[in-house]
Amino acid sequence: MKGNIIEVEGLTHSFGDFKAVDDISFTVEEGEIFSFLGPNGAGKSTTINVLTTQLACQKGTAKVCGFDVKKNPHEVKKSIGIVFQDEVLDRDLTVKETLEFHGRIYSMPRDQRLAREKELIDLVELGEKVNERTKNLSGGMKRRLEIARGLMTRPRVLFLDEPTIGLDPQTRLRIWDYIKGVNEEGTTIFLTTHYMDEADRLSDRIEIIDHGKIIASGTADSLKNTLGKDMIYLETKDDERALVIAKGVPEVTQAKRMPKGLELILSSDGSRVMPSVLRSVQDEGIEILSVKMKKPSLDDVFVHYTGREIRDGPAETGLPKPRMGRR
Amino acid sequence: MSMGKEFLTIYWREMIRFVRFKGQLFAALVQPALWLLLFGVAMSSNLDSSMIPTIPGVVSVDYLTFMAAGVMAMTALFTCLFGGMGLLFDKNWGIMKEMLASPMRSYHIQLGVGLGGVTKSLIQVGLIMGFGLVLGVEFFSGFSASETLWAVLGILAFVTVFSAGFIFLSAGMAMRVESMESVQAIMMLLTMPLMFSSNALYSTASFPGWLQAISNVNPLTYFVNGIRYFALGSDFTALGTHYQYTEGDILSSFVVLLAFTGLTFVFAWHSFKTAKVT
Repeated sequence: MKGNIIEVEGLTHSFGDFKAVDDISFTVEEGEIFSFLGPNGAGKSTTINVLTTQLACQKGTAKVCGFDVKKNPHEVKKSIGIVFQDEVLDRDLTVKETLEFHGRIYSMPRDQRLAREKELIDLVELGEKVNERTKNLSGGMKRRLEIARGLMTRPRVLFLDEPTIGLDPQTRLRIWDYIKGVNEEGTTIFLTTHYMDEADRLSDRIEIIDHGKIIASGTADSLKNTLGKDMIYLETKDDERALVIAKGVPEVTQAKRMPKGLELILSSDGSRVMPSVLRSVQDEGIEILSVKMKKPSLDDVFVHYTGREIRDGPAETGLPKPRMGRR
Repeated sequence: MSMGKEFLTIYWREMIRFVRFKGQLFAALVQPALWLLLFGVAMSSNLDSSMIPTIPGVVSVDYLTFMAAGVMAMTALFTCLFGGMGLLFDKNWGIMKEMLASPMRSYHIQLGVGLGGVTKSLIQVGLIMGFGLVLGVEFFSGFSASETLWAVLGILAFVTVFSAGFIFLSAGMAMRVESMESVQAIMMLLTMPLMFSSNALYSTASFPGWLQAISNVNPLTYFVNGIRYFALGSDFTALGTHYQYTEGDILSSFVVLLAFTGLTFVFAWHSFKTAKVT
């Protein structure tokens, strides 16, 4: 078994009175794709910024590649690669110069640098754009270039902060392929995202984070399994009473009130359980307003623990984040 | 531990950007020449040289020649004062994050940008000097070849130290402020007093005491002194003022500039060390 490449213990980070990250602990195993999933403002970027030494570690400990971020930030910096959330490119350098610049500020020897540039330009398929200035690249190409840049120094961990934010669906699929490919070559991936499907498709392990706290963790499947085989969302005229009745149905393993309606977690096939649930509620004279049955998704996991849906702000509109990007 | 060469990478990028923005490059090279041409020639033709007293036996320098040294100095001042601005762009819309997240020590950014600013200044000053000579500026008159070479080297040394001082100042400020507007405001606030309280365009001999005091702490004054000493000699009159420089004067001017540059170096160093871009 491989060891832990990231170890975080009791990490807390505040901005003034606001606790962005509140006493979180987790480990990342070498070689895995590890996701931090949560809504905007949950503390994902703050965590990544502490791990990559861009923010000082205020409280708790964090070790990356065996180096303490507080005591040995220089070594941490040398052993990681980062793809920032906002676009971080010099618009007037070419694709090749962008990689060249990166390799040089990381003091890579010339031969290694040139070989690696070629290799990575092939990997992210930017061969035809080598001498193009980055401002002329599409959003997806820029992202690919940033990923390539993050890999220049053959880091042991690649940090990706919202890697597909603001990209179209096809481009996202391609970026996921690159990330998977990079991981298969042995690079550990730490990624943050507020996209359920992204975390679901890519990750070996997921930590769901909200309001600076980790609220659930595990593989995508194990997280979804906590919600049983199927689940039903039910809205009635009298949720209070309906809750008590639903709890009486044997296949309903968990039932709880949500801000709107009820959430029922079922131990067996929902299409067979639903009629009996509906019947018993209606038999008590409670009018049913709406009913929805589904296989649990990571979205439901989030809703289950927080009572809210992951709301994406800017990304939902399909527009990239404004590039001013003060944290 | 030996010092890394990463600052050369920063310098490399600075110079790529310098030649890549054709419009900006053109403006940077043509603007000072225009200044010399328009302002210099206009002012000279306004001054009736027969009205200006001269001292028998002392070289009398015409206005164009006198102010050419000032234009060289002001060009270096502007180039460098605005030279750190690129860092603000990097911070808000560019690769400052990449640079600060890398293992490269941040003083490399300062050194690379500084070297870039000095190079640009040297190129511009060289061009003005050449253009001035074409326009009839009487620099190095009566100098032998080796004296001229010595004088040019002296001027370049002054340009280098002065430019480094102001590029560090502007780089340090760019790392500290948030918005383009505030840097621009600070720059505007600085340039005017620096320019007009110096001896770049006129003599400071008849300044009132308070203005003279300002002039005496203005690095531009020491810089212009240096250029004039090397380009015009140690004893001349211009606009009715008798200028006499000893080697000691010039050496101390140089030391003042070195001290100024040392201060701004520390300022920039500190600004980079404490910079946070997240």
